[in-house]
Amino acid sequence: MIVCKDLTKRFGDFYAVNKISFDVNKGEIFGFLGANGAGKTTAMRILCGLSHPTSGEATVAGFNVYKQAESIKKNIGYMSQKFSLYENLTVLENIEFFGGVYGVSAAEIRKRSDNLVQKLGLTAEAKKLVGALPLGWKQKLAFSVAIFHQPRIVFLDEPTGGVDPVTRRQFWDMIYEAAADGITIFVTTHYMDEAEYCNRITIMVDGKVEALDSPANLKAQFKADNMDEVFYQLARGAKRSGD
Amino acid sequence: MSAVTLDHITKTYDKGKVLAVDDISLQVEEGELFGLIGPDGAGKTSLFRILTTLLLPDKGSATVRGYDCVKDYKQIRNRIGYMPGKFSLYQDLTVKENLEFFATLFGSTIESNYELIKDIYDQIKPFNDRRAGKLSGGMKQKLALCCALIHKPEVLFLDEPTTGVDVVSRKEFWDMLKKLKTQGITIVVSTPYMDEAVLCERIALIQNGKIMSVDTPEKIMAAYPVKLYAIKADNIYRLLTELRSMPEVDSSFAFGEYIHLTLKDDTAAVTSLQHTIEQRGHTNVVIKLIHPGIEDSFIRFMNQA
Repeated sequence: MIVCKDLTKRFGDFYAVNKISFDVNKGEIFGFLGANGAGKTTAMRILCGLSHPTSGEATVAGFNVYKQAESIKKNIGYMSQKFSLYENLTVLENIEFFGGVYGVSAAEIRKRSDNLVQKLGLTAEAKKLVGALPLGWKQKLAFSVAIFHQPRIVFLDEPTGGVDPVTRRQFWDMIYEAAADGITIFVTTHYMDEAEYCNRITIMVDGKVEALDSPANLKAQFKADNMDEVFYQLARGAKRSGD
Repeated sequence: MSAVTLDHITKTYDKGKVLAVDDISLQVEEGELFGLIGPDGAGKTSLFRILTTLLLPDKGSATVRGYDCVKDYKQIRNRIGYMPGKFSLYQDLTVKENLEFFATLFGSTIESNYELIKDIYDQIKPFNDRRAGKLSGGMKQKLALCCALIHKPEVLFLDEPTTGVDVVSRKEFWDMLKKLKTQGITIVVSTPYMDEAVLCERIALIQNGKIMSVDTPEKIMAAYPVKLYAIKADNIYRLLTELRSMPEVDSSFAFGEYIHLTLKDDTAAVTSLQHTIEQRGHTNVVIKLIHPGIEDSFIRFMNQA
């Protein structure tokens, strides 16, 4: 679903992303980890078709990141902790807006939005402004909206930051369900227990991919009891720090 | 005398429609490292803003070092350091200018309390002439901590200092807090990361404006009322969905590599459960009795509420 070879992004003499290579398979939950400033956001922007790489190759859902950025945008979903929904639109309006932007027909939106609202338990809130919802509900709604147009891959940038521990787990239930439906999940997180929920993870350090494997194999490789330790061993030596 | 007291504090927003803090009472002792643990929207920031005299409570009273948070706000402001969750230094001033500005505000100088900030300041000193807005997240956090400490406060309030910060920087930050504590400064810190709770001496677990428990992390974990098991198998997601529909299972939550599980009958042997699971075709089933962590306790309190 994603093929990435020697992908590089240079700003002046600074290599934000330095020759990273990995493949992500269809229906896989792929964890994208790294310390602050490691280059995760830059790499993710390239894969979402928002930024051109300096060199290297990458395709997302079969589309080339250099030449077919617009096709990539149409075939992916995206949600982040910072921005996902319009707070001044209602729940239904947000679904309608994002569905419409991604080309879902009006009839289809009508048909499916009622189901979605019901499934999320938001029937009573459907006509309320999103800004009035608790954070956990917002994030669950944001995820549902991000996959409403049934993209082939969805990018989740720290989707569970600050969310309570119960909602955080409900959120991962939704991720598993989407993956079982064949949607590929590309997710970043600072919660190391969530790294364990991924099929495979990469850990980026200073612009490079320093580890890529299943959580179990990485723990064995680094002789660590948990992912926290694996991450600490790798990121401790990082020279860069940033946002 | 307690360093900080909250006595039946209630705070609402939007003409009473939003209840942010719901009748909270607690004390923080002198020299204590106290943690407010809870997710976004729990009411942590409202409490900080009341204690730092930036917000008036609807009901109840609060004190810092014996001074009343409403009447004696001037005395309090001279005695506390506050690092808000949102980066609030002057982006257009350099590292050094920010520090000098805050020192001067409090009638102090960088030099007079240099010992207190030395360890932290040394790490950002190479960027003395860089504008604060151009610093990385980790460096901004260190500069903000220096600015909050520059007048040698008696009580330090840190609102989610480690949110969005990676594991390595979070460890470094907590090491800094431990060092500050040895200087006798009372520290009240909030965090949404449950794993940081054990680094505090005492904690309050907060959810929806209410305190669910206040105690040492050890005692909160020890008070977990039932046996807790960790369980895993090759197909963990199928296992989780199946456990939820099993009549003998009380609660089941994903916890990293394992699922944490409690049984309705706490005295029941876990062997029959293992048998049931294996009969459903699960392979490599592991079940073990474990000690609960803070996150286990938090989830249990949440489900009782």
